[in-house]
Amino acid sequence: MSAKNREVLLDPLFNNNPIALQVLGICSALAVTTKLEITIVMCLAVTAVLVGSNLSISLMRNKIPPSIRIIVQLTVIASLVIVTDQILKAYLFEISKQLSVFVGLIITNCIVMGRAEAYAMQNGPYSSILDALGNAAGYSVILLGTAFLRELLGSGKLFGFEVMSLVTEGGWYNPNGLMVLSPGAFFIIGFFIWAIRIWKPEQIEES
Amino acid sequence: MVEEYLSLAVKAIFVENMALTFFLGMCSFLACSKKVETALGLGMAVTFVLTVTVPVNNLLYNYLLKDGALAWLGPDFARYDLSFLGFLTYIGTIAAMVQIVEMTLDRFAPALYSALGVFLPLIAVNCAILGASLWMVERDYSFGESVVFGIGSGIGWLLAIVALASIRERMRYSNVPPGLRGLGITFILTGLIGIGFMAFSGIQL
Repeated sequence: MSAKNREVLLDPLFNNNPIALQVLGICSALAVTTKLEITIVMCLAVTAVLVGSNLSISLMRNKIPPSIRIIVQLTVIASLVIVTDQILKAYLFEISKQLSVFVGLIITNCIVMGRAEAYAMQNGPYSSILDALGNAAGYSVILLGTAFLRELLGSGKLFGFEVMSLVTEGGWYNPNGLMVLSPGAFFIIGFFIWAIRIWKPEQIEES
Repeated sequence: MVEEYLSLAVKAIFVENMALTFFLGMCSFLACSKKVETALGLGMAVTFVLTVTVPVNNLLYNYLLKDGALAWLGPDFARYDLSFLGFLTYIGTIAAMVQIVEMTLDRFAPALYSALGVFLPLIAVNCAILGASLWMVERDYSFGESVVFGIGSGIGWLLAIVALASIRERMRYSNVPPGLRGLGITFILTGLIGIGFMAFSGIQL
């Protein structure tokens, strides 16, 4: 793998993270991170859609008229999301019920649109796939980190198995209810961004 | 009847606020909240588009897509279930609606049009809009309910983004640690506003 390709693949992990720096795809990052199991399914679904859309849009990039490209991109993405949704409903019905509308909302997940528009429209299929994998990994890192903390601190469990025994069941851990609720997710991602920017000071914003 | 609609509106605006409890429309929520003026313009555009698209999608779902919805064409059509085409239809309606709103505003209200600028086309990919349509289908709202739900969730989103923008304007005078400046502190602020809105969560209507 050449240096350029490695950069395309690894850069979105921390140097140009879709959530922490590009401000893309935040809605789902906050909403599906109460349990690790659901989060992993969501990450896989986003990865599949992102790779599929980047690949197909990069293959069609010379055929799409610029004036209607948004509609073409939306149609490609919506079709891929329909396929993903049907697969989830068929094989993982319980989890798809819990994800409810958030599978459908992958269509308007800015990461998918943003990468199609910013990268796949200008680059060949191979590097577009690498870009998709890299951005999906950057998204998953933040999501899994958030879900890990929220499930562990909010209900003392990981993947549904008890890690810290709760006070209500005669244990020692008093669960932090804030973590399960929405503000907890905002705080955790805010602190993640803080941590990344202490590690990589060049990302600090002015003002 | 009126009571029912009123309680649905209060629920959509405060108790189940689009932005603060369901995290929908977060991208533009965080990106366009630096000034109160732009926040207000974007909020109004979102409210308007929601008011139009949720009822339209409700009609499309009930008369075209739902299991057996095509029965009005004749008994042969009653066995079709097109609900798997839902996402594609809703996003198509939204994109078309945004385009129409854009052209109408350009023709009849040029001042508002230029004030909204680039945010109008961006509304098509705002998750709050698609999210509202999907919730409407999932909760099986009637036509009247979907109108109220569309307006209510739009107003809720508008309130949330204006609140955040007002606080961010004041943030300029405070000394934020370097790593938290910009995006980081905005997340924490949104969390705090979310805690404020949680005060509504006990309300049973």
